Amino acid sequence: MLEIKQLVKKYQTGDLAIDRVDLTVENGQVIALIGPSGAGKSTLIRCVNRLENSTSGEIWLNGENIVKMRSGKLRRTRRSMGMIFQEYALVERLTVMENVLSGRLGYVGFWRSFLRKFPQSDIGAAFGLLAKVGLDTMANKRADELSGGQRQRVGIARALIQKPDILLVDEPTASLDPKTSRQIMRLITELCEENKLAAIINIHDVALAQMYAERIVGLREGRIVYDGNPDDLKPNVLSEIYGKEDWTNVRKQKTKNKNSIKEIPNTDEHMEEMQ
Amino acid sequence: MNDIPENTQKLGVTKMETAAFSENWSPPPFIKNPLLRWGLLLTFILYLSLSIGSLDVNWERIYVGLDRGAKFVYGFMNPNFSGRWTDISEGIIESLIMTVTSTAIGIIISIPIGFGAARNLAPLPVYLFCRSIIALSRSFQEIIIAILFVAIFGFGPLAGVLTLSFATIGFLSKLLAEDIESIDKNQAEAVKATGSSWWQWLNYGIQPQVMPRLIGLSLYRFDINFRESAVVGLVGAGGIGATLNTAFDRYEYDTAAAILIIIIGIVMLSEYISGYIRAGVQ
Ligand SMILES: Nc1ncnc2c1ncn2[C@@H]1O[C@H](COP(=O)(O)OP(=O)(O)OP(=O)(O)O)[C@@H](O)[C@H]1O
Ligand SMILES: [Mg+2]
Repeated sequence: MLEIKQLVKKYQTGDLAIDRVDLTVENGQVIALIGPSGAGKSTLIRCVNRLENSTSGEIWLNGENIVKMRSGKLRRTRRSMGMIFQEYALVERLTVMENVLSGRLGYVGFWRSFLRKFPQSDIGAAFGLLAKVGLDTMANKRADELSGGQRQRVGIARALIQKPDILLVDEPTASLDPKTSRQIMRLITELCEENKLAAIINIHDVALAQMYAERIVGLREGRIVYDGNPDDLKPNVLSEIYGKEDWTNVRKQKTKNKNSIKEIPNTDEHMEEMQ
Repeated sequence: MNDIPENTQKLGVTKMETAAFSENWSPPPFIKNPLLRWGLLLTFILYLSLSIGSLDVNWERIYVGLDRGAKFVYGFMNPNFSGRWTDISEGIIESLIMTVTSTAIGIIISIPIGFGAARNLAPLPVYLFCRSIIALSRSFQEIIIAILFVAIFGFGPLAGVLTLSFATIGFLSKLLAEDIESIDKNQAEAVKATGSSWWQWLNYGIQPQVMPRLIGLSLYRFDINFRESAVVGLVGAGGIGATLNTAFDRYEYDTAAAILIIIIGIVMLSEYISGYIRAGVQ
């Protein structure tokens, strides 16, 4: 269980990114964190992993306060928090396999990792996860040879091989096309269910958030302004989170777009003819 | 701005034709003020002609020197490899040994200094310390260091090896540090977030990002060190430079030519090999 109490993060530049946030994530609960750009979503999960040191407040994970931890203890605690990033953040010049196995770094000694002699169980787990995300044939490819969607799958495998209790996911789909976005979100939420993982997923796409998360938290200017059920996310609530906007208008534009969508099959046919 | 397109539309001008209006566009000048622009150019030309005029050219000396130059060129036409072959081959081998050892020593010392001189890795005191070593190494030309080391350690290749190692450190750690400072932070951060130790973080998050450049720079430095080994030899720090110096002293331009040709050959060969390796590690 993750429990954030009165968390404040003020950057040295003076930006108050997180302002007295209280948030409790139950075991196995998948939360979507939504909010406008600059609301502090990334900052919040970076504080949980201590990639950023918070200014004040407490973060309790499984009964221990992360904020107070010293480096050795912090390293061990980081193993139970798997991170997934928007730009994938794979080490580009390493192979897919090395990237996945880097999720085990917190468990193996330096020389083992240096010589790439990971325990057989880790290698087995890595192959298992790669198969699960559909990349088992790509183990020896270099990460920079993969497409965006494939990279994100490797990122997911890297996070899961840590055997975490919670996933911290920062806009996993922001660089992906709509279909791949859905596949990635489904993969993440299915894996969470299967492994009884909790997750905080930062996401801009409200529809995706409603589709895949069981609870939605809205952040605005560093403060929580909504915390509840995906179905209760009505236009007035969205206005509260994102600011005033005619939310029904979005639908009108959508129907307008339908006309232009009709043209797309034509271009597809052209493409096929050309091939 | 807004009314221009309206006017053109009224006149029935199509979009293509409006584009034609901007045909004689020229880039904005680097210095805006024309007075300053032309003034600077004029000052520069004036200064250049004055300084050329102030060069003291001794035509008589050049006339005598031309004769010697001609002999030199003639010697080049007829390089003599066999006359002093044992001297040449010993010199070349000594130079190669100097190059290999100094490059190896230089790389080994440069790596920690390079990491220490990267602002995104090292704490400020370490950073300043490593940066000052680099500055020290870079502020002296090889010849000056060679003269110093010859004075301390006497004539011979040891002084040469130390000189070249010292110069390698300044070159390699500076460029390595700059490469480390420009790495992709996200990749390194993701490795840290898995709970890796500091050394693992270096090995997985940083090293893969800087390795190709480190290899490329090391090969490049090997080249430079071989050429420099000929130069530092001129002041007594061993290697083929010493042989070359002797040949010049004896006015044996044909032997000198042979040595220079061999140096060129080896540099070209190493250039070819390093290009091949660099393409492989990218
Ligand atoms: N490293 C930093 N230094 C200083 N200020 C920062 C830093 N990172 C973020 N901020 C500030 O903190 C606030 C919150 O930023 P954050 O990146 O957490 O927002 P976000 O909700 O993730 O936005 P987005 O949806 O665009 O990713 C912003 O005002 C931003 O300017
Ligand atoms: Mg963000």
